[in-house]
Amino acid sequence: MSKTTINLKKGLDIPLKGKAEKILNTAERSDLYAVKPPDFYGIVPKMLVKEGEKVKAGSPLFYNKYDEKIIFTSPVSGKFKEIIRGEKRKILEVRIQADNNDDYVNFGGADPKSINREDIINKLLASGLWSTIRQRPYSVIANPDDKPKAIFVSAFDSAPLAPDFDFLINGQEEDFQTGLDVLSKLTKGTVHLSINEERTMRRTLTHAKNVEVHKFSGPHPAGNIGIQAHHIDPINSGDIVWYVDFQNVIMLGRLFKNGIYDGRKIIALTGSEVLRPRYWRIIQGASIKNLMKDNLTTEDTSSLRFISGNVLTGSKIYREGFVGFYDSQVTVIPEGNKPEFMGWLLPKPNKYSATRTLFSWLMPWKKYRLDTNLNGGNRAFVLTGIYEKVLPMDILPMQLIKAIMINDIGLMEKLGIYEVAPEDFALCEFICPSKTEIQSVIRDGLDLIQKEFS
Amino acid sequence: MKAIKNIRDKIRPHFETGGRFAKYYRAWEAFDTFLFVPEKTTFKGSHIRDAIDLKRTMVYVIISLIPPLLVGIWNTGQQYYQAVGIDPTIQEAFTFGLIKIIPLIIVSYVAGLVTEFIFAVIHNKEVNEGFLVTGLLVVLILPVTMPLWMIAVANIFTVIIGKEIFGGTGMNVVNPALLSRSFILFGYPAYLSGEVYTYTEVQEGHQLVDGYSGATPLSLVAEGEIEAIPSEFNMFIGNMPGVIGETSFAAIMLGGLFLAITGVGSLRIMLSVFAGGIFMAGTFNLLAFNEYMMIPIHHHLLLGAFAFGAVYMATDPVTAAQTGRGKYIYGFLIGVLIILIRVLNPGFPGGVMLAILLMNVFSPLIDHYVVEANIKRRMKRLKNNPVNVKETKSQ
Repeated sequence: MSKTTINLKKGLDIPLKGKAEKILNTAERSDLYAVKPPDFYGIVPKMLVKEGEKVKAGSPLFYNKYDEKIIFTSPVSGKFKEIIRGEKRKILEVRIQADNNDDYVNFGGADPKSINREDIINKLLASGLWSTIRQRPYSVIANPDDKPKAIFVSAFDSAPLAPDFDFLINGQEEDFQTGLDVLSKLTKGTVHLSINEERTMRRTLTHAKNVEVHKFSGPHPAGNIGIQAHHIDPINSGDIVWYVDFQNVIMLGRLFKNGIYDGRKIIALTGSEVLRPRYWRIIQGASIKNLMKDNLTTEDTSSLRFISGNVLTGSKIYREGFVGFYDSQVTVIPEGNKPEFMGWLLPKPNKYSATRTLFSWLMPWKKYRLDTNLNGGNRAFVLTGIYEKVLPMDILPMQLIKAIMINDIGLMEKLGIYEVAPEDFALCEFICPSKTEIQSVIRDGLDLIQKEFS
Repeated sequence: MKAIKNIRDKIRPHFETGGRFAKYYRAWEAFDTFLFVPEKTTFKGSHIRDAIDLKRTMVYVIISLIPPLLVGIWNTGQQYYQAVGIDPTIQEAFTFGLIKIIPLIIVSYVAGLVTEFIFAVIHNKEVNEGFLVTGLLVVLILPVTMPLWMIAVANIFTVIIGKEIFGGTGMNVVNPALLSRSFILFGYPAYLSGEVYTYTEVQEGHQLVDGYSGATPLSLVAEGEIEAIPSEFNMFIGNMPGVIGETSFAAIMLGGLFLAITGVGSLRIMLSVFAGGIFMAGTFNLLAFNEYMMIPIHHHLLLGAFAFGAVYMATDPVTAAQTGRGKYIYGFLIGVLIILIRVLNPGFPGGVMLAILLMNVFSPLIDHYVVEANIKRRMKRLKNNPVNVKETKSQ
């Protein structure tokens, strides 16, 4: 373990109401599950099953048109119910009606230490859990043919109201270590495990084996892989690094221990509109319907925003919607769809600003119930020097964003586009007084580069 | 308030697609968003957003301009009464100033905003609030004797040539208020030279005192009459001839403090301008070839528009350098240039406008070098990274 702590000063912890209490509930099992292709950026799903067909947990549902090796499997046993399509017939949800039999496809357990890299990759591909491994640059599912220079796992989440990973791992320590062992076989470089100086207490994490442990301290986005990689082993042009989310490492561990795709996970149900914010045991892809029962401040769902993930990067779902593949958190906040008289002028004690233009900076102890109002109109960039304050990287955010806006690929590369993902710029988007959709801009830039070099 | 909302709901359909006045939707929208923060919610990206927007930002700049404006109003009356040999009460002086300055402000806003609205309607884009600041700034950097039509023409010129042809607020190259002033200075120099700083069209029963000059302290200095400048106290509170907003160091510092605390104005730039000014004035003090070079440093900061330029003009985020380090360089060079022009070029006793306009043009160049340094660091890292070298070998 490296002895020094990487101290990040820049960033922002948005003080929101509705942090999950450390109480673990088991939800009444959902009868409906979904795998959502939009969770996997850049793939185009091709279906492998027909409506009504029986599936087991681990049975293939669809594959990626651009890479047939990468398949996506059902998290539960039951039958394939339907496809929900959106605009241009884009597949949004592949729904499974669960049967509660818990039939699993057996992929065969194995000790990751004693099998070779190729077998590990094949097992991951067959089980559908390859999709847990993503890569930087581009923040997309990794290509099994690549040889990453390093693999990153973050043992803490710094996002607003994020779950406490020390709490989540309880009772699953061995599976987590097995998962790390699997990852260490996938790279010739190092597996980097980042922990939080103040919050990470568990020995399983602070003294994890087969990995290099790094200590971080500081506000969000210190928990983001991109920020951590920037300070540990930065991604340069031509480099590829992989990363896996915390709970998915545990899932990888279970795959190798028991030989099955065991999709159990824990999510934190958070946000100001949840009556009892707590932790819940669910299965990958479950509907949030049962968790919301008698647990919302209002039943008028048009005045609520349901988010799978955190308020900065999560995706909008609906009251009966499904938890995203990579998410360990569901957040419910009020919609801000009401006009506000002179809202931009009058001092509002319940509004929050990271700048010192409101009174919130004088009340650092206060927690806020923030809604989804944009709080202003879209404008050209005017204020400068504010984006730098929430991006703990040696990257010039405004210059990079402008380079992307003018499609200058050369300049984007020079300014460090390979190191970033939309999530790293989420706080820049949050504070932007010009209300620029900065995460979308970053994604456009990554798309452009990826297209140029593929 | 509910009544306002009802009226709003009634009128709105006329301006929306299909309505009678759909063409003027943008004009309606400007008024509507002025009264209400619209019910627009986030649809992608971050689900919550900071409460700050450009309207609030601009309003904060206007609030910060209130102290120099109030002192400017008082000083306009004060200078007039001094010119006619009367010692006025604060109230008398203030009332006189108010009568003279309010029309200037109204004309400035109306001319600029009407031009902005026309452009917004033609181009179908939201009206930008940038002019709310520019409209007031323009008045504060002009003498009270400026004819109303001149302000209107200068503002229309600025909005069109200074801003709209580049794409509106946020896209302009030079500070719009200073562009307005330079338009007048170079197009109609008579209005900005000579004894124009005091309102001297005497009212009935008043008579100018004998030998009254009305020269600004800065022009006194330029003419070598250094002993004739007002006392330090008068320069500090702003009791001297000058353009409306520039005279009071105290009021400007108050506004500057507000800008710096709220973070709306860059403290970095303000301090660097002062640092640059102090450095240059100090250098001249050391060289001391002539009397002008020997003016004490703190007098330089009190004289002319130095403080006003540092606090309100140099800090315009659109035209200033945008990188952190760039801001130091940009501000410092403005400070240096102001004193340089002031001392070495007697043709332009007020070098503030020219110094800032020049650095506005150079700020992208300054940023370019700061960005290049960042790029070089990244290139160096690529070369020095052992992991990278090892990985390339093994493949």
